Amino acid sequence: MSSISDYKNGQGQSKPPFFSKEATIAQPGFSRWMVPPAALAVHLCIGQAYAFSVFNGPLTKVIGITQSGPGDWALTSLGWIFSLAIVCLGLSAAFAGRWLEKVGPRRTMFTAACCFGAGFLVSAVGVWLHQIVLLYLGYGLLGGIGLGLGYVSPVSTLIRWFPDRRGMATGMAIMGFGGGAMIAAPLSVLLMNHFKSATSVGVAETFVVMGVLYFISMTIGSLAIRIPPADWKPAGWTAPVAQGKLISRNHVHIDEALKTPQFYLIWAVLFFNVTAGIGILSQASVMIQESFKETITAAAAAGFVGLLSLFNMGGRFVWASASDALGRKNTYFVFFLLGAVLYYLVPSFAAAGNVALFVAAYAVILSMYGGGFATVPAYLADIFGTAFVGGIHGRLLTAWAAAGVAGPVLINYIRAYEVAHGVASADAYTITLRIMVVLLLLGAACNFLVKQVDAKHHMKETATA
Amino acid sequence: MIEGHPTNKPVMLVFWAYVLIPLAWGVYNTLSQAAKLFS
Repeated sequence: MSSISDYKNGQGQSKPPFFSKEATIAQPGFSRWMVPPAALAVHLCIGQAYAFSVFNGPLTKVIGITQSGPGDWALTSLGWIFSLAIVCLGLSAAFAGRWLEKVGPRRTMFTAACCFGAGFLVSAVGVWLHQIVLLYLGYGLLGGIGLGLGYVSPVSTLIRWFPDRRGMATGMAIMGFGGGAMIAAPLSVLLMNHFKSATSVGVAETFVVMGVLYFISMTIGSLAIRIPPADWKPAGWTAPVAQGKLISRNHVHIDEALKTPQFYLIWAVLFFNVTAGIGILSQASVMIQESFKETITAAAAAGFVGLLSLFNMGGRFVWASASDALGRKNTYFVFFLLGAVLYYLVPSFAAAGNVALFVAAYAVILSMYGGGFATVPAYLADIFGTAFVGGIHGRLLTAWAAAGVAGPVLINYIRAYEVAHGVASADAYTITLRIMVVLLLLGAACNFLVKQVDAKHHMKETATA
Repeated sequence: MIEGHPTNKPVMLVFWAYVLIPLAWGVYNTLSQAAKLFS
Protein backbone atom coordinates (compact mmCIF):
# COMPACT_ATOMS: atom_id res chain seq x y z
CA MET A 1 0.00 0.00 0.00
CA SER A 2 1.36 3.39 -0.97
CA SER A 3 2.14 5.88 1.76
CA ILE A 4 1.00 9.48 1.82
CA SER A 5 4.51 10.60 0.84
CA ASP A 6 4.38 8.33 -2.21
CA TYR A 7 1.20 10.06 -3.33
CA LYS A 8 2.79 13.45 -2.68
CA ASN A 9 5.87 12.55 -4.70
CA GLY A 10 3.86 11.09 -7.52
CA GLN A 11 5.40 7.65 -6.96
CA GLY A 12 2.22 5.90 -5.91
CA GLN A 13 0.60 3.46 -8.28
CA SER A 14 -2.79 5.16 -8.02
CA LYS A 15 -4.41 8.14 -6.41
CA PRO A 16 -6.14 7.52 -3.10
CA PRO A 17 -9.94 7.26 -3.38
CA PHE A 18 -11.55 10.71 -3.52
CA PHE A 19 -13.43 10.31 -0.25
CA SER A 20 -10.48 8.77 1.63
CA LYS A 21 -8.73 10.63 4.39
CA GLU A 22 -5.49 10.60 2.38
CA ALA A 23 -7.14 12.41 -0.53
CA THR A 24 -8.14 15.29 1.74
CA ILE A 25 -4.60 16.08 2.89
CA ALA A 26 -3.86 19.64 1.78
CA GLN A 27 -1.12 20.24 -0.72
CA PRO A 28 1.44 23.05 -0.37
CA GLY A 29 -0.11 26.44 -1.02
CA PHE A 30 -3.54 25.55 0.35
CA SER A 31 -4.97 28.38 2.46
CA ARG A 32 -6.42 27.33 5.79
CA TRP A 33 -9.03 30.10 5.37
CA MET A 34 -10.83 27.79 2.95
CA VAL A 35 -11.70 25.49 5.85
CA PRO A 36 -14.03 27.75 7.93
CA PRO A 37 -16.46 28.36 5.03
CA ALA A 38 -16.42 24.61 4.30
CA ALA A 39 -17.43 24.00 7.92
CA LEU A 40 -19.99 26.80 7.78
CA ALA A 41 -21.52 25.31 4.61
CA VAL A 42 -22.40 22.28 6.73
CA HIS A 43 -23.29 23.95 10.03
CA LEU A 44 -25.53 26.59 8.43
CA CYS A 45 -27.55 23.72 6.93
CA ILE A 46 -27.89 21.51 9.98
CA GLY A 47 -28.72 24.54 12.14
CA GLN A 48 -32.10 24.29 10.40
CA ALA A 49 -33.05 21.86 13.16
CA TYR A 50 -33.79 24.76 15.52
CA ALA A 51 -36.33 26.09 13.01
CA PHE A 52 -38.22 22.83 12.51
CA SER A 53 -41.11 24.15 14.60
CA VAL A 54 -42.20 26.41 11.68
CA PHE A 55 -43.53 23.22 10.04
CA ASN A 56 -45.58 22.14 13.05
CA GLY A 57 -48.62 24.32 12.35
CA PRO A 58 -48.93 23.44 8.64
CA LEU A 59 -48.30 19.75 9.41
CA THR A 60 -51.40 19.73 11.60
CA LYS A 61 -53.45 20.78 8.54
CA VAL A 62 -52.20 18.42 5.83
CA ILE A 63 -55.70 16.95 5.32
CA GLY A 64 -57.89 19.89 6.34
CA ILE A 65 -55.61 22.45 4.57
CA THR A 66 -57.19 25.57 6.12
CA GLN A 67 -57.73 23.99 9.52
CA SER A 68 -57.05 20.66 11.20
CA GLY A 69 -59.43 18.05 9.86
CA PRO A 70 -60.35 14.55 10.98
CA GLY A 71 -57.28 12.33 10.75
CA ASP A 72 -54.83 15.24 10.80
CA TRP A 73 -51.73 14.86 12.96
CA ALA A 74 -51.74 16.27 16.48
CA LEU A 75 -48.95 18.55 17.72
CA THR A 76 -48.03 15.97 20.35
CA SER A 77 -47.31 13.40 17.62
CA LEU A 78 -45.35 15.94 15.57
CA GLY A 79 -43.23 16.94 18.57
CA TRP A 80 -41.59 13.52 18.45
CA ILE A 81 -39.99 14.28 15.07
CA PHE A 82 -37.74 16.97 16.52
CA SER A 83 -37.12 15.02 19.74
CA LEU A 84 -36.09 11.94 17.77
CA ALA A 85 -33.79 14.03 15.59
CA ILE A 86 -32.04 15.48 18.64
CA VAL A 87 -31.67 12.04 20.24
CA CYS A 88 -30.19 10.69 16.98
CA LEU A 89 -27.92 13.74 16.80
CA GLY A 90 -26.48 12.93 20.22
CA LEU A 91 -26.19 9.20 19.59
CA SER A 92 -24.62 9.49 16.13
CA ALA A 93 -22.17 12.13 17.34
CA ALA A 94 -21.25 9.88 20.25
CA PHE A 95 -20.90 6.64 18.31
CA ALA A 96 -19.49 7.93 15.00
CA GLY A 97 -16.56 9.72 16.60
CA ARG A 98 -14.15 6.83 16.13
CA TRP A 99 -15.30 6.39 12.50
CA LEU A 100 -14.77 10.11 11.89
CA GLU A 101 -11.19 9.90 13.09
CA LYS A 102 -10.60 6.87 10.86
CA VAL A 103 -12.15 8.01 7.57
CA GLY A 104 -11.61 11.76 7.87
CA PRO A 105 -13.96 14.74 7.55
CA ARG A 106 -14.80 14.55 3.82
CA ARG A 107 -16.50 11.18 3.92
CA THR A 108 -18.21 12.02 7.22
CA MET A 109 -19.50 15.36 5.92
CA PHE A 110 -20.70 13.77 2.68
CA THR A 111 -22.47 11.02 4.64
CA ALA A 112 -24.06 13.77 6.74
CA ALA A 113 -25.20 15.49 3.53
CA CYS A 114 -26.75 12.27 2.23
CA CYS A 115 -28.53 11.54 5.52
CA PHE A 116 -29.78 15.08 6.10
CA GLY A 117 -30.94 15.56 2.50
CA ALA A 118 -32.52 12.10 2.36
CA GLY A 119 -34.24 12.79 5.67
CA PHE A 120 -36.14 15.67 4.08
CA LEU A 121 -37.03 13.62 0.99
CA VAL A 122 -38.33 10.67 3.01
CA SER A 123 -40.31 13.14 5.13
CA ALA A 124 -41.80 14.67 1.98
CA VAL A 125 -43.02 11.21 0.95
CA GLY A 126 -44.39 10.82 4.47
CA VAL A 127 -46.43 14.03 4.08
CA TRP A 128 -47.74 12.99 0.65
CA LEU A 129 -48.77 9.55 1.93
CA HIS A 130 -49.78 11.00 5.31
CA GLN A 131 -47.69 8.40 7.14
CA ILE A 132 -46.11 10.00 10.20
CA VAL A 133 -43.80 7.03 10.67
CA LEU A 134 -41.99 8.19 7.52
CA LEU A 135 -41.38 11.56 9.14
CA TYR A 136 -39.99 9.82 12.22
CA LEU A 137 -37.73 7.69 10.03
CA GLY A 138 -36.94 10.54 7.64
CA TYR A 139 -36.27 13.76 9.52
CA GLY A 140 -36.11 12.06 12.93
CA LEU A 141 -33.77 9.13 12.30
CA LEU A 142 -31.97 9.85 9.01
CA GLY A 143 -31.94 13.61 9.49
CA GLY A 144 -30.83 13.22 13.11
CA ILE A 145 -27.88 11.06 12.06
CA GLY A 146 -27.00 13.72 9.48
CA LEU A 147 -27.18 16.37 12.21
CA GLY A 148 -24.79 14.47 14.50
CA LEU A 149 -22.26 13.60 11.81
CA GLY A 150 -22.41 17.08 10.34
CA TYR A 151 -21.99 18.76 13.73
CA VAL A 152 -18.80 16.99 14.79
CA SER A 153 -17.10 16.33 11.45
CA PRO A 154 -15.48 19.72 10.68
CA VAL A 155 -14.66 20.67 14.27
CA SER A 156 -11.48 18.63 14.80
CA THR A 157 -10.24 19.63 11.34
CA LEU A 158 -10.60 23.30 12.23
CA ILE A 159 -8.73 22.78 15.47
CA ARG A 160 -5.82 21.21 13.57
CA TRP A 161 -5.73 24.06 11.04
CA PHE A 162 -5.85 26.75 13.71
CA PRO A 163 -3.63 25.61 16.60
CA ASP A 164 -2.98 29.28 17.29
CA ARG A 165 -6.70 30.21 17.41
CA ARG A 166 -8.60 27.05 18.26
CA GLY A 167 -11.47 28.87 19.93
CA MET A 168 -12.02 31.31 17.09
CA ALA A 169 -11.97 28.53 14.51
CA THR A 170 -14.50 26.30 16.25
CA GLY A 171 -16.52 29.37 17.19
CA MET A 172 -16.95 30.23 13.51
CA ALA A 173 -18.32 26.78 12.64
CA ILE A 174 -20.56 26.41 15.66
CA MET A 175 -21.82 29.96 15.14
CA GLY A 176 -23.13 28.56 11.86
CA PHE A 177 -25.25 26.05 13.74
CA GLY A 178 -26.80 28.94 15.68
CA GLY A 179 -27.31 30.95 12.51
CA GLY A 180 -28.76 28.12 10.44
CA ALA A 181 -32.20 28.54 11.96
CA MET A 182 -32.19 32.23 11.08
CA ILE A 183 -31.89 31.27 7.42
CA ALA A 184 -34.15 28.22 7.58
CA ALA A 185 -37.12 29.84 9.34
CA PRO A 186 -37.83 32.63 6.80
CA LEU A 187 -36.81 30.36 3.88
CA SER A 188 -39.27 27.68 5.00
CA VAL A 189 -42.08 30.22 5.32
CA LEU A 190 -41.30 31.67 1.88
CA LEU A 191 -41.28 28.22 0.27
CA MET A 192 -44.47 27.06 2.01
CA ASN A 193 -46.26 30.23 0.90
CA HIS A 194 -45.00 29.66 -2.64
CA PHE A 195 -46.16 26.04 -2.81
CA LYS A 196 -49.40 26.46 -0.85
CA SER A 197 -52.50 25.65 -2.88
CA ALA A 198 -56.12 24.60 -2.43
CA THR A 199 -54.98 20.99 -2.09
CA SER A 200 -51.65 21.34 -0.31
CA VAL A 201 -50.18 23.18 2.66
CA GLY A 202 -46.87 23.24 0.75
CA VAL A 203 -44.82 21.35 3.33
CA ALA A 204 -43.93 18.32 1.20
CA GLU A 205 -42.75 20.49 -1.69
CA THR A 206 -40.77 22.63 0.74
CA PHE A 207 -39.15 19.50 2.21
CA VAL A 208 -38.06 18.42 -1.29
CA VAL A 209 -36.54 21.82 -2.13
CA MET A 210 -34.79 22.13 1.23
CA GLY A 211 -33.52 18.54 1.10
CA VAL A 212 -31.94 19.13 -2.30
CA LEU A 213 -30.53 22.55 -1.30
CA TYR A 214 -29.03 21.23 1.91
CA PHE A 215 -27.58 18.18 0.17
CA ILE A 216 -25.85 20.40 -2.41
CA SER A 217 -24.57 22.90 0.14
CA MET A 218 -23.24 20.26 2.52
CA THR A 219 -21.64 18.38 -0.38
CA ILE A 220 -19.84 21.57 -1.43
CA GLY A 221 -18.52 21.82 2.13
CA SER A 222 -17.36 18.20 2.06
CA LEU A 223 -15.58 18.72 -1.28
CA ALA A 224 -13.78 21.83 -0.06
CA ILE A 225 -12.59 20.45 3.27
CA ARG A 226 -8.91 19.59 3.66
CA ILE A 227 -6.90 18.30 6.57
CA PRO A 228 -3.41 19.57 7.26
CA PRO A 229 -0.36 17.30 6.88
CA ALA A 230 0.68 15.73 10.17
CA ASP A 231 3.63 18.06 10.72
CA TRP A 232 1.88 21.21 9.51
CA LYS A 233 1.79 24.43 11.52
CA PRO A 234 0.92 28.02 10.60
CA ALA A 235 3.76 29.94 8.91
CA GLY A 236 5.85 31.73 11.49
CA TRP A 237 4.04 30.15 14.40
CA THR A 238 5.72 28.00 16.98
CA ALA A 239 3.98 26.38 19.89
CA PRO A 240 4.78 28.54 22.92
CA VAL A 241 7.50 26.99 25.06
CA ALA A 242 5.91 27.97 28.33
CA GLN A 243 2.34 27.01 27.53
CA GLY A 244 -0.47 27.26 30.02
CA LYS A 245 -0.74 24.29 32.33
CA LEU A 246 -3.99 23.18 30.73
CA ILE A 247 -2.77 23.08 27.12
CA SER A 248 -1.42 19.61 26.57
CA ARG A 249 1.18 18.71 23.96
CA ASN A 250 0.20 15.06 24.39
CA HIS A 251 -2.74 13.14 22.98
CA VAL A 252 -5.29 10.92 24.69
CA HIS A 253 -7.03 8.12 22.80
CA ILE A 254 -10.80 8.42 22.38
CA ASP A 255 -11.44 5.33 24.57
CA GLU A 256 -8.83 6.31 27.13
CA ALA A 257 -10.46 9.74 27.51
CA LEU A 258 -13.53 8.06 28.99
CA LYS A 259 -11.34 6.70 31.81
CA THR A 260 -10.26 10.16 32.92
CA PRO A 261 -12.11 12.35 35.44
CA GLN A 262 -11.48 15.31 33.13
CA PHE A 263 -13.93 13.94 30.55
CA TYR A 264 -16.74 13.71 33.10
CA LEU A 265 -15.92 17.07 34.64
CA ILE A 266 -16.06 18.80 31.23
CA TRP A 267 -19.23 16.80 30.49
CA ALA A 268 -20.72 18.32 33.67
CA VAL A 269 -19.41 21.78 32.74
CA LEU A 270 -21.23 21.59 29.39
CA PHE A 271 -24.33 20.04 30.98
CA PHE A 272 -24.74 22.79 33.59
CA ASN A 273 -24.01 25.57 31.11
CA VAL A 274 -26.52 24.24 28.59
CA THR A 275 -29.17 23.41 31.20
CA ALA A 276 -29.11 26.99 32.45
CA GLY A 277 -29.59 28.42 28.96
CA ILE A 278 -31.82 25.97 27.17
CA GLY A 279 -34.72 26.25 29.60
CA ILE A 280 -34.75 30.01 29.18
CA LEU A 281 -34.61 29.72 25.41
CA SER A 282 -37.63 27.42 25.39
CA GLN A 283 -39.70 29.73 27.59
CA ALA A 284 -38.40 33.18 26.64
CA SER A 285 -41.58 34.43 24.99
CA VAL A 286 -43.89 33.40 27.84
CA MET A 287 -41.42 34.55 30.49
CA ILE A 288 -41.11 38.17 29.29
CA GLN A 289 -44.87 38.48 28.76
CA GLU A 290 -45.62 37.22 32.26
CA SER A 291 -42.94 39.42 33.80
CA PHE A 292 -44.15 42.61 32.05
CA LYS A 293 -47.85 42.05 31.50
CA GLU A 294 -48.69 45.70 30.86
CA THR A 295 -45.85 46.57 28.52
CA ILE A 296 -44.80 43.53 26.47
CA THR A 297 -47.09 42.34 23.69
CA ALA A 298 -46.86 38.99 21.88
CA ALA A 299 -45.14 40.71 18.94
CA ALA A 300 -42.58 42.31 21.24
CA ALA A 301 -42.03 38.95 22.91
CA ALA A 302 -41.30 37.43 19.50
CA GLY A 303 -38.76 40.21 19.04
CA PHE A 304 -37.22 39.23 22.38
CA VAL A 305 -36.85 35.64 21.16
CA GLY A 306 -35.21 36.90 17.96
CA LEU A 307 -32.80 39.04 19.96
CA LEU A 308 -31.85 36.07 22.12
CA SER A 309 -31.20 34.00 18.98
CA LEU A 310 -28.82 36.68 17.74
CA PHE A 311 -26.92 36.74 21.02
CA ASN A 312 -26.90 32.95 21.11
CA MET A 313 -25.27 32.94 17.66
CA GLY A 314 -22.93 35.88 18.22
CA GLY A 315 -21.80 34.51 21.59
CA ARG A 316 -20.57 31.37 19.87
CA PHE A 317 -18.01 33.34 17.88
CA VAL A 318 -17.21 36.09 20.37
CA TRP A 319 -16.77 33.97 23.50
CA ALA A 320 -14.93 31.13 21.74
CA SER A 321 -12.55 33.68 20.18
CA ALA A 322 -12.10 35.40 23.53
CA SER A 323 -11.22 32.03 25.08
CA ASP A 324 -8.03 32.00 22.97
CA ALA A 325 -6.83 34.93 25.07
CA LEU A 326 -8.62 34.25 28.37
CA GLY A 327 -7.99 30.51 28.46
CA ARG A 328 -10.75 27.92 28.29
CA LYS A 329 -11.07 27.38 32.02
CA ASN A 330 -11.29 31.11 32.76
CA THR A 331 -13.89 31.57 30.04
CA TYR A 332 -16.14 28.98 31.66
CA PHE A 333 -15.62 30.65 35.03
CA VAL A 334 -16.95 33.84 33.43
CA PHE A 335 -19.96 31.91 32.07
CA PHE A 336 -20.78 30.39 35.43
CA LEU A 337 -20.06 33.28 37.76
CA LEU A 338 -21.41 36.11 35.61
CA GLY A 339 -24.34 33.86 34.68
CA ALA A 340 -25.10 33.20 38.35
CA VAL A 341 -25.04 36.93 39.16
CA LEU A 342 -27.33 37.74 36.24
CA TYR A 343 -29.79 34.95 37.05
CA TYR A 344 -29.87 36.18 40.64
CA LEU A 345 -30.59 39.77 39.54
CA VAL A 346 -33.17 39.07 36.81
CA PRO A 347 -36.18 38.75 39.18
CA SER A 348 -35.35 42.12 40.71
CA PHE A 349 -35.15 43.70 37.23
CA ALA A 350 -38.61 42.26 36.52
CA ALA A 351 -39.96 43.45 39.88
CA ALA A 352 -38.62 46.96 39.19
CA GLY A 353 -40.31 46.93 35.79
CA ASN A 354 -36.97 47.53 34.07
CA VAL A 355 -37.39 45.90 30.66
CA ALA A 356 -34.02 47.11 29.33
CA LEU A 357 -32.01 45.49 32.13
CA PHE A 358 -34.15 42.35 31.95
CA VAL A 359 -33.51 42.01 28.21
CA ALA A 360 -29.81 42.87 28.53
CA ALA A 361 -29.32 40.24 31.26
CA TYR A 362 -30.93 37.50 29.21
CA ALA A 363 -29.02 38.57 26.10
CA VAL A 364 -25.72 38.14 27.95
CA ILE A 365 -26.90 34.83 29.45
CA LEU A 366 -27.81 33.48 26.01
CA SER A 367 -24.50 34.66 24.55
CA MET A 368 -22.78 32.56 27.20
CA TYR A 369 -25.05 29.59 26.43
CA GLY A 370 -23.89 29.71 22.81
CA GLY A 371 -20.34 30.40 23.92
CA GLY A 372 -20.38 27.22 25.99
CA PHE A 373 -21.10 25.09 22.92
CA ALA A 374 -18.43 26.79 20.82
CA THR A 375 -15.67 26.82 23.43
CA VAL A 376 -15.91 23.18 24.50
CA PRO A 377 -14.14 21.63 21.46
CA ALA A 378 -11.11 23.86 22.09
CA TYR A 379 -11.27 22.99 25.80
CA LEU A 380 -11.18 19.30 24.89
CA ALA A 381 -8.28 19.86 22.48
CA ASP A 382 -6.35 21.65 25.23
CA ILE A 383 -6.92 18.83 27.70
CA PHE A 384 -6.84 15.70 25.52
CA GLY A 385 -4.74 16.86 22.54
CA THR A 386 -5.93 17.13 18.96
CA ALA A 387 -5.49 13.53 17.71
CA PHE A 388 -8.96 12.31 18.73
CA VAL A 389 -10.71 15.54 19.63
CA GLY A 390 -13.49 15.00 17.07
CA GLY A 391 -14.49 11.68 18.57
CA ILE A 392 -14.17 12.88 22.15
CA HIS A 393 -16.28 15.94 21.29
CA GLY A 394 -18.93 13.66 19.80
CA ARG A 395 -19.15 11.64 23.01
CA LEU A 396 -19.30 14.79 25.12
CA LEU A 397 -22.36 15.96 23.21
CA THR A 398 -24.45 13.48 25.20
CA ALA A 399 -24.34 16.28 27.82
CA TRP A 400 -26.30 18.41 25.37
CA ALA A 401 -28.97 15.75 24.98
CA ALA A 402 -29.23 15.35 28.78
CA ALA A 403 -29.43 19.11 29.29
CA GLY A 404 -32.05 19.33 26.56
CA VAL A 405 -34.32 17.29 28.80
CA ALA A 406 -33.27 18.75 32.17
CA GLY A 407 -33.44 22.46 31.27
CA PRO A 408 -37.02 22.72 30.01
CA VAL A 409 -38.23 20.24 32.65
CA LEU A 410 -36.75 22.37 35.44
CA ILE A 411 -38.24 25.58 34.09
CA ASN A 412 -41.68 24.20 33.23
CA TYR A 413 -42.36 21.83 36.11
CA ILE A 414 -41.07 24.02 38.92
CA ARG A 415 -43.03 26.97 37.57
CA ALA A 416 -46.17 24.83 37.23
CA TYR A 417 -45.71 23.58 40.82
CA GLU A 418 -45.39 27.13 42.13
CA VAL A 419 -48.41 28.41 40.21
CA ALA A 420 -50.43 25.43 41.47
CA HIS A 421 -49.49 26.44 45.02
CA GLY A 422 -50.73 29.99 44.68
CA VAL A 423 -47.63 31.88 43.53
CA ALA A 424 -48.42 34.70 41.07
CA SER A 425 -47.32 33.78 37.55
CA ALA A 426 -45.07 36.87 37.35
CA ASP A 427 -43.19 35.69 40.45
CA ALA A 428 -43.21 32.01 39.58
CA TYR A 429 -39.85 32.04 37.85
CA THR A 430 -37.94 33.42 40.85
CA ILE A 431 -37.34 30.05 42.52
CA THR A 432 -36.51 28.46 39.17
CA LEU A 433 -33.92 31.13 38.51
CA ARG A 434 -32.45 30.62 41.99
CA ILE A 435 -32.10 26.93 41.13
CA MET A 436 -30.30 27.93 37.93
CA VAL A 437 -27.88 29.95 40.09
CA VAL A 438 -27.12 26.80 42.09
CA LEU A 439 -26.62 24.79 38.91
CA LEU A 440 -24.22 27.37 37.57
CA LEU A 441 -22.23 27.34 40.81
CA LEU A 442 -22.05 23.53 40.56
CA GLY A 443 -20.75 24.01 37.03
CA ALA A 444 -18.11 26.42 38.33
CA ALA A 445 -17.06 23.81 40.91
CA CYS A 446 -16.68 21.14 38.20
CA ASN A 447 -14.70 23.57 36.09
CA PHE A 448 -12.45 24.33 39.06
CA LEU A 449 -11.65 20.61 39.41
CA VAL A 450 -10.45 20.22 35.80
CA LYS A 451 -6.71 19.59 35.88
CA GLN A 452 -4.15 18.18 33.48
CA VAL A 453 -4.70 14.58 32.38
CA ASP A 454 -2.46 12.10 34.17
CA ALA A 455 0.50 11.09 31.98
CA LYS A 456 -0.52 7.42 32.19
CA HIS A 457 -3.43 8.21 29.82
CA HIS A 458 -1.22 9.79 27.14
CA MET A 459 -0.63 7.98 23.86
CA LYS A 460 2.89 7.00 22.93
CA GLU A 461 4.56 9.06 20.16
CA THR A 462 4.49 6.09 17.76
CA ALA A 463 0.74 5.66 18.18
CA THR A 464 -0.02 9.22 17.12
CA ALA A 465 2.43 9.36 14.21
CA MET B 1 -9.78 24.48 -6.39
CA ILE B 2 -7.56 21.64 -7.50
CA GLU B 3 -5.34 19.77 -5.12
CA GLY B 4 -1.68 20.49 -5.52
CA HIS B 5 -2.23 24.12 -6.54
CA PRO B 6 -2.18 27.22 -4.37
CA THR B 7 -5.60 28.37 -3.23
CA ASN B 8 -7.20 30.75 -5.69
CA LYS B 9 -7.96 33.94 -3.74
CA PRO B 10 -11.04 35.00 -5.76
CA VAL B 11 -12.47 31.49 -5.37
CA MET B 12 -11.90 31.74 -1.65
CA LEU B 13 -13.70 35.11 -1.54
CA VAL B 14 -16.62 33.66 -3.48
CA PHE B 15 -16.75 30.72 -1.09
CA TRP B 16 -16.87 33.04 1.90
CA ALA B 17 -19.60 35.10 0.22
CA TYR B 18 -21.51 31.88 -0.50
CA VAL B 19 -21.84 31.17 3.24
CA LEU B 20 -21.94 34.71 4.61
CA ILE B 21 -24.62 36.17 2.32
CA PRO B 22 -27.34 33.71 3.43
CA LEU B 23 -26.20 34.19 7.01
CA ALA B 24 -26.45 37.97 6.65
CA TRP B 25 -29.95 37.56 5.20
CA GLY B 26 -30.94 35.43 8.18
CA VAL B 27 -29.46 37.92 10.64
CA TYR B 28 -31.28 40.79 8.88
CA ASN B 29 -34.59 38.94 9.14
CA THR B 30 -34.00 38.19 12.81
CA LEU B 31 -32.98 41.78 13.52
CA SER B 32 -36.19 42.97 11.86
CA GLN B 33 -38.11 40.66 14.17
CA ALA B 34 -36.06 41.74 17.20
CA ALA B 35 -36.80 45.41 16.40
CA LYS B 36 -40.43 44.76 17.37
CA LEU B 37 -39.25 44.53 20.98
CA PHE B 38 -38.26 48.20 20.91
CA SER B 39 -41.18 49.52 18.86
